Parts: sequence; structure tokens; C-alpha cells
Amino acid sequence: MTTAYKTITDVTGPLLIVEQVADVTYDELCEIEMADGTRRLGKVLEARTGRAVVQLFESTQGVATEGTKIRFLGHAFQLDVAEDMLGRIFSGSGKSIDGGDALLPEKRLDINGEPINPSSREYPDDFIQTGISTIDVLNTLVRGQKLPIFSGAGLPHNRLAAQIARQARVLTPREVEMQSADAQAEEGGDDKFAVVFGAMGVTFEEAQFFKQEFERTGALSRAVLFLNTAADPVVERIATPRLALTTAEYLAYEKGFHVTVILTDMTNYCEALREVSAARKEVPGRRGYPGYLYTDLATIYERAGRIRGRSGSITQIPILTMPEDDVTHPIPDLTGYITEGQIRLDRGMHQKGIYPPVIPMGSLSRLKGKAQGEGKTREDHSGMDAQLTAAYARGVEVRELAVILGESSLSETDKAYLAFASRFEKEFIAQDEYKNRSIFESLSIGWNLLQELPVTELKRVKPAHIEKYGKR
Amino acid sequence: MSTASITKVAGPLVVASGMSEAKMFEVVRVSKERLVGEVIELHGDSASIQVYEETSSIGPGEPVERTGTTLSVELAPGLLTSIYDGIQRPLELIEQKAKSPFISRGIEVPALNRTKKWDFKSTAKAGDKVTGGDVLGTVQETTLIEHRVMVPPTLSGTLKSIKSGSHTIEDVIAQIETTDGKTVDVQMLQRWPIRIARPVKQKGIPSEPLATGTRILDTLFPIAKGGAGAIPGPFGAGKTVTQQSLAKYCNAQVIVYIGCGERGNEMTEVLSEFPHLEDPNTGEPLMKRTILIANTSNMPVAAREASVYTGITIAEYYRDMGYDVALMADSTSRWAEAMREMSGRLEEMPGEEGYPAYLGSRTAGFYERAGVVQCIGSNERRGSLTVIGAVSPPGGDFSEPVTQNTLRVTKVFWALDARLAYKRHFPAINWLQSYSLYAENLNDFFSKEVATGFNANRDRAQVILQEESKLEEIVRLVGTDALSPKEQLTLEVARMIREDFLFQNAFDRADAFTSLLKQYRILKAILMFMDKALPVVQQEDFDMQKIRSLQVKERIVHAHLIPEDSLSQFDALEAEIESQISALLL
Repeated sequence: MTTAYKTITDVTGPLLIVEQVADVTYDELCEIEMADGTRRLGKVLEARTGRAVVQLFESTQGVATEGTKIRFLGHAFQLDVAEDMLGRIFSGSGKSIDGGDALLPEKRLDINGEPINPSSREYPDDFIQTGISTIDVLNTLVRGQKLPIFSGAGLPHNRLAAQIARQARVLTPREVEMQSADAQAEEGGDDKFAVVFGAMGVTFEEAQFFKQEFERTGALSRAVLFLNTAADPVVERIATPRLALTTAEYLAYEKGFHVTVILTDMTNYCEALREVSAARKEVPGRRGYPGYLYTDLATIYERAGRIRGRSGSITQIPILTMPEDDVTHPIPDLTGYITEGQIRLDRGMHQKGIYPPVIPMGSLSRLKGKAQGEGKTREDHSGMDAQLTAAYARGVEVRELAVILGESSLSETDKAYLAFASRFEKEFIAQDEYKNRSIFESLSIGWNLLQELPVTELKRVKPAHIEKYGKR
Repeated sequence: MSTASITKVAGPLVVASGMSEAKMFEVVRVSKERLVGEVIELHGDSASIQVYEETSSIGPGEPVERTGTTLSVELAPGLLTSIYDGIQRPLELIEQKAKSPFISRGIEVPALNRTKKWDFKSTAKAGDKVTGGDVLGTVQETTLIEHRVMVPPTLSGTLKSIKSGSHTIEDVIAQIETTDGKTVDVQMLQRWPIRIARPVKQKGIPSEPLATGTRILDTLFPIAKGGAGAIPGPFGAGKTVTQQSLAKYCNAQVIVYIGCGERGNEMTEVLSEFPHLEDPNTGEPLMKRTILIANTSNMPVAAREASVYTGITIAEYYRDMGYDVALMADSTSRWAEAMREMSGRLEEMPGEEGYPAYLGSRTAGFYERAGVVQCIGSNERRGSLTVIGAVSPPGGDFSEPVTQNTLRVTKVFWALDARLAYKRHFPAINWLQSYSLYAENLNDFFSKEVATGFNANRDRAQVILQEESKLEEIVRLVGTDALSPKEQLTLEVARMIREDFLFQNAFDRADAFTSLLKQYRILKAILMFMDKALPVVQQEDFDMQKIRSLQVKERIVHAHLIPEDSLSQFDALEAEIESQISALLL
């Protein structure tokens, strides 16, 4: 199995072509040994009789058609996993880079994973309180969900992701029953929590930000970091999210952890994929991205969820920056078709100084239905969600109208909506980066804001709830 | 069998040599792991094979075994309540056999239970002349559906023997002597190749609506039983919610739901919900009339291509029994993308946006399998197959090839609109863009079976909504005050139609299903409000606020919650509208 071949004939971009090979299989891992003895990893993209196309995970700089040796290792890319990975930092290709002790592997897993059988899944319905009103009430995060943050260059997506990682927890049944969250509660009780962080092509500062954030809050001891920074090889990024998710799957489904996976920045990942596709001269789909981008992204995003009979879960929060804030760009577009909603950050709100600049129009959590309401949060939750969003949308429309016609020409109802919209932005959406609001606090703010509107306009909340929570 | 072996592996595409005897679309077993594949191209001795399972760690030199058959589905009692992958492998059995919640490859499981005994009651008797499609007998498959065991479409002759009683699907239940003197054993289990439409005696013109319980669909843009419809929309606009709502509440007798390249959790949701939800027409669990095909986005891409054919062949089989069948495919864009991916790997000349040139003909071929038909067989049976495909256009742009090719062959277009979804107006179906070409065929049914005024009311509602969009442009420029009282009333009524009639909460059990008659009553009440208010607002110096703040409007808001069994409450509502408005007459 470990015959070394010296028959590399072509090197283009990250690709090598090796001739006269035998027993090479598709997706097989291989190791390239350069003339000076350094080694690099690659995988087989195409296996033909006597010929293989290999993609390196590192740069091909220094690879020569003569003097470079290549070995096929007889298996796909595998990762050694262990519970001891918690608290450790790895490179984007899975090498330890924190100077710590060598890891004692408990298991060796194929990084591509296998699709979860839909009939083995358990439907996610546990409310996660992030302490952020606009997420908790309007775009409820659910344990086992994949909920990306659609952002743009210069928007505070990293701060938001860090805040979610810092504050997210599941309420205890007692807290739900008492309708008050214990402000002192740590990530709850018997449950085991972990964060797996995968960075693809982010700057050194961004990687540092997360590292320090985890260190400062003591979260590092229950986090695993995979860092591929902008300075690291581009094609290595194709492996990074898969390493992170393989680790997460091991922790979740075999060790019973509730794992939050943060992947940033998916845009860099897709660009790496495009680079490889272009080097292979494949027929491109939209904007030069390969036609299989949807399928490829699905093999990442679908690795989230809960499995019947296993105690752990994987909640995924991928971050992507939309080129030119364009949500129809292939990367956010295909992501949106796979993930269970999206948290969309808005430049206009950011410029107004609103943090977090989460815009209700365009943000969505598809799984929120079963995580809102009695027994999960509070009975009035879903009505409040629909009412606030509809009212804010109307308020924004009125605001546009007022720009043209002047505020004085608005009807009384429209004026009420206008007032509602600006208070909603200031008091509900905006909150301090370190403010952890319980869901019950957030709902009361909502009821307070609805006082701006005449009661006949409240079509989405139940009259009984107005009586109980929104007394006038 | 000749010795064929792999010469190339690139993702789901495998090329093998030594395949000179292979036929197009023949099923083959690839490599030592015996992965399922299908021949899609032949070049002399070598064949291109699309493989329905993950090809990682497969290499040149490994064997390829021909099976001699084309890709087929198994048809017999036991299909209902099943959940299959794209090539009809039951997902529950895969789980049991793999002993893992993950789908590993190379697992062989039978599509239908071979040991379960079904109580077969013959309806034909020995000596009868039978042809393809004739019913031999019945099996109570679920409490909802009686399975009619039919003579295979290609067989005819004289029935020599037939046995009622408890049988497995492989037991011989009948023997038929064909005209050339051969005796053929008939089992309940039959097979049919998925890429070939099952034969029918005659297709007809659809003339009955598929009642869906969704107000905007039934009243404004109805689809016919046997029709074909498309739901295109950007992500987050509610394609899946609409499809699931159709699967739950439409009045077809059998539902085939195909999750093609979509989210795993969505299939899980259907699986966990349907056994507990009641069919509004019969009160039985919905699962008993449902077959699910789940090929999620992370499952092998080639099987996604096959999944829509697997689903529609099963649907045709139930149609042939004489049932009204509805098939939902979510999403056909993923199916088209799977074609594109295979086409790219075959290095075919691409058409628009990289899709293969045959995208249009394949799409048309799929939707043409819908229809209301005279089933084959000597007794008169009428069955229908309604096909509703979701389309996921990139960036929500309807001009892209999949949407355009779909619209050419479907007669109902339910356009989902992201802007409505942002405002939480659901179902987010745009009332100005959508259309139904069946409305005319169905007018007779509506006026006879529901109410005489049904069609006229629909037309009026549409005119009011169109007028609203024109008036809104004016309002945006000069404000509401510039409008005449009549126009202001139109705006008010349009708003009532949108918010109190079209808006519907699919997650609220009381609101999710509305009968045709109740839809008529709600809309009638709103239009009556308009008729009564018109003379009132045209009085000199009338204050519009008086109409806007009428207390009866609140009752109209909640009219959709009036229970189906006490529609007489609408009479009281109408009386109230009349009295409150006439009180404003000076």
C-alpha cells in the first residue's frame, strides 16, 4: 500500500497528475515527499487505470515533476479524535499548534462523515436562550439547528457569534415554569457543553479575537479550535470545516456533549473550492463556482442535528460575508436553501449604531415553531414574534412614506406605527454586547412597545394574552 | 456474465470497460461493495455509470456486475406509511441493518416486507377473461386505503386460478393463461421501470378541484385533480411549509411526498408529525395515506435524480387503482442540479447556466405524467395524479432555466414572494403574479358544488387586489387624502381581503384548513361589507374613520376561526355587518 511513486507528470495550481499508478482509489489520502524531505498531504480527485489526479491540501510550491515522491495511504483523510481535544488548538489541517502534549487518540474517523439517516434524526425543539432579544423572540435558535449569520465586510458578526457562544444556554424546566431565568445560572446542570471553532482564511486578528474571548471567559477549556488563517494554504480550507465537524460529531454523538460549532468564514471556503474547480477546468455554474457547490455545502451544513437515542447534539452557526451585501450571491443563496434560516446583519442598522444589527426582515429561524410557546418559553411567544415583525415591517413602510409626504400627512394609525418602529429599534433590537436578557425580559419589552399601537391593530396576538400580559 | 471492471472513478461517475453487452439504463453493481449504479452512456466496450452511493475508496480494477434489469420499483401492499431513499430502500431497514444512525453504503434491503402476510380477497374468479389493469382482488393496506391488486399492465389472458386468503407479496395468488397458451404465475408483488410512464387507456381534461384547505390556493388559484403546478420561490418564502400543508390537508386519497435534496430535519418533521395528525376528511392518521421518499441534500447526488422517478411511478400505481393521488416534489431544482452535475462529469456540451440541453424535455416528461385518466383494465375506473413541484430559483430570480422550463409545462403558478414573507404574510403567495389556467375548467364545479357566487366573488376579489396595487402607487406619491371615498374604501377592503382572508397560519390547527364553503362565506362577508359601505362613504363629508373603526370589522378578522360545523354563524355576521353599516347612513 505504501509504494512511493516518482511519476508526477503535471502540476497545475493545487493539482498533480500522477501516472503509472496501481490500486489508487477515489478520495484516497496521499502524502507527497519533496526532494528536501518535507511532507504534504493531498487527496485523489479522480482515479483512472494507471493515472490519478491529486489535490494537495497545501501549496504546490516547490513540487517538482522529478524528485518528488508520492505515496497513496490506502484510506481517505482521517482524523484522530479524543475527548482531550477540548482546550486544544489545531491548524486547519488538524496538526496541534499550541505546543501541548501529543494527543492520545481514542478513535480515528473519516473526515467526510456519513449522512445521518433522516429516520434516525430527532426533530430539534429545545429552545436555546442566547440572551439576545432579536434572536430569542424573533429568530429563535433551537438546539440541533444550523443557523448561519449572513454578514458583510466590516459588520460585527464576530462579536455577535462570540456573544452567542458566551451566553447560549437551555432553560431548565423549573425556570420555564416559574417564568423567570436565573441570571446567575451557568450553562445548565448536568448537561455537557462544548464549542468547536473552525476558522477558514480569517485574518490573524480575527482568530486572536476568538482565542482571547474563549480564554477570557474560561470557555477555552471546553473548546476545540481549528485555525486556518489568511496566511495559511488556501486549499487546506477545504478540509478545515470537515475536521471541525468530525470532532463535533465525536463529542456529540459518542461523548454526549451539546456542541456549538462556529465556522467562519464560509465565503473563504467556497472560494477555495472554486479555485480547485477552476484548476480542474470544470464547467462552471454561477459566477465561476462549481455546479456541485450546493451538494458540497450540504455535506457540511447537514452535519448538524440530534439523533434519536444519543444524548448530545450539534448546533451549527456558520458565518459568511456576503460579497457586496448581496444576498442573491451564490454563497448566501445556496446556504439559505440548506440551512434552517439565517440571521441577517444589516449595514444600515449598523451605521445607525444599533448593535446587534440584526434586521427582522430577511432573518428567519425555520425551527422556531416548536421551540416557542408553553412548556418551552411562554404561551404568548409565537404571537408576539409575528406581531412585532409585522408591525415593524409596516412601521418601516410608513417611514419611507413619511420621507416623501412628510409626517403630518400620515394617519393616526400610521403615526403610531412610526413611533413603534423607532422605539423597537432602540429598545428591542439594540442591546449591549454584554447584556444577557432572559426570554421573559425580552417578551415584556415587546408588550411594552405594543402599547404604542391601538388594540385593534394587534391581529397576531391572542386577545387573552393581551389581557394577561399587555394590559392597557 | 462478462468480466467488466472499473477504469475511472470521479465522484458519482464511474467508467467501466468490458461492458459491450450492457444496455442503457441497466442497473449494475459497482465494486466489491456492490454499490448500486445505472448505465447512462455507452461507448463501444466502455460504459459510464452513475452510482447511487458514495464512491469514496473505490478504485480502477474493481469489478462491475451487470444485473440485466433496468432501475425499477417494487409495487405491492406495504408501500403506504413507508419512508424510502431515492432508490426505494426503506430508511428504517437501513438503520437496522447498519446498526447506526448514519447511512453507510452497500446495504441491500428489500423495498417491501417479504414475510408479512396480507389478507387477499379475490374479486375476479377462475375462467374470467382479464387484461392488464383488471382488478384481481383487494387487500386492506391501511385503514384508509384498500389496495387493489391488478393484472400487470403487459399481461392478458384467461384466469386459470385465484386464491383468496393470507398471503405474502411473493406468494402466487393467481395464474393466467395467455393467448399463446403459456401459464403465468401472478404475485401481488410487481415491478415497473421508473423512467417509463405506466400506461393508461385515455387521458381526460381535469374538471374537479383539488381542495387544499389553503384559502389563497383554493379560491384564487385553484389546481385541478390531475393537474400540474409549480411553486417557485426564494429560500425562506415558504415552499416547504406550503408543500407540507398540501400534503396534510388536500383531498387526494394517496399522497407521495418526495424530499429531493432538501433538509434532513424537514423529513424528520414529516415523519414525527404525520402519524399524529388527522386527515381532515377521514379522521385517520395522515401517515396511513402517505408514502415518503427522502433523499436529503447530503445523500448521494445521483439518487436525487432517481428519487423523483421512483416517487412518480409509485404514484401512478395508486392512480391505476382508481385513486386520486397527489405528488409533491420538494424541490425539483435539486433534481435539475443533479442532472447538471452528472452532465458536467460526462463532459456534455452545456446549455443554459451549465444545465444539460435536455433539461426542458426531461422536465416536460416528468410533469406530463400527471393527469386525470381512464385507468387500463376492462372495468371503468377513473384515477388522477396531481403533481406539484417546488422550484428553488437561485437568488429568487424566476428567469432562470429550471423555473422557465417548469412554467412551460405546468398550468398553475404559485409565485412565492420574499417581501411578503419578510412581513410575515403567509402563505407568501403573490396574488398579482400567480395564476391558474384551470380556473375556467373548474368554474362549473365551484358554482354547482360550492355556491353559485363562488366564481364571481373570486373575480371581484382579484380586481380589488389589482386596483389596490395601482392606488398604492398614487398613495406613495400624494398620500391617502387625495383619493376619493370610493377608492379609500377599495383600499380598506383590499386590506381586509389580504389580512382577514388570504393570510392563513399553517401552524395553527384551527386555521390551517378551511373548507371551500367556508372560504366562500368569509370572502362573501368581506365583499358584502364593501357593497353596504359604498353608499355610506359616498355621503357628503363622510368621515372615513367611522368605517375603519367599525366594531364589526373585528368580527370579520376572526371569521376564519368560525368552526366548520357552525357555518350558520356567518348569517349572524352578515346581519351584523348590515346593521352596523346602515346605522352610519344619515
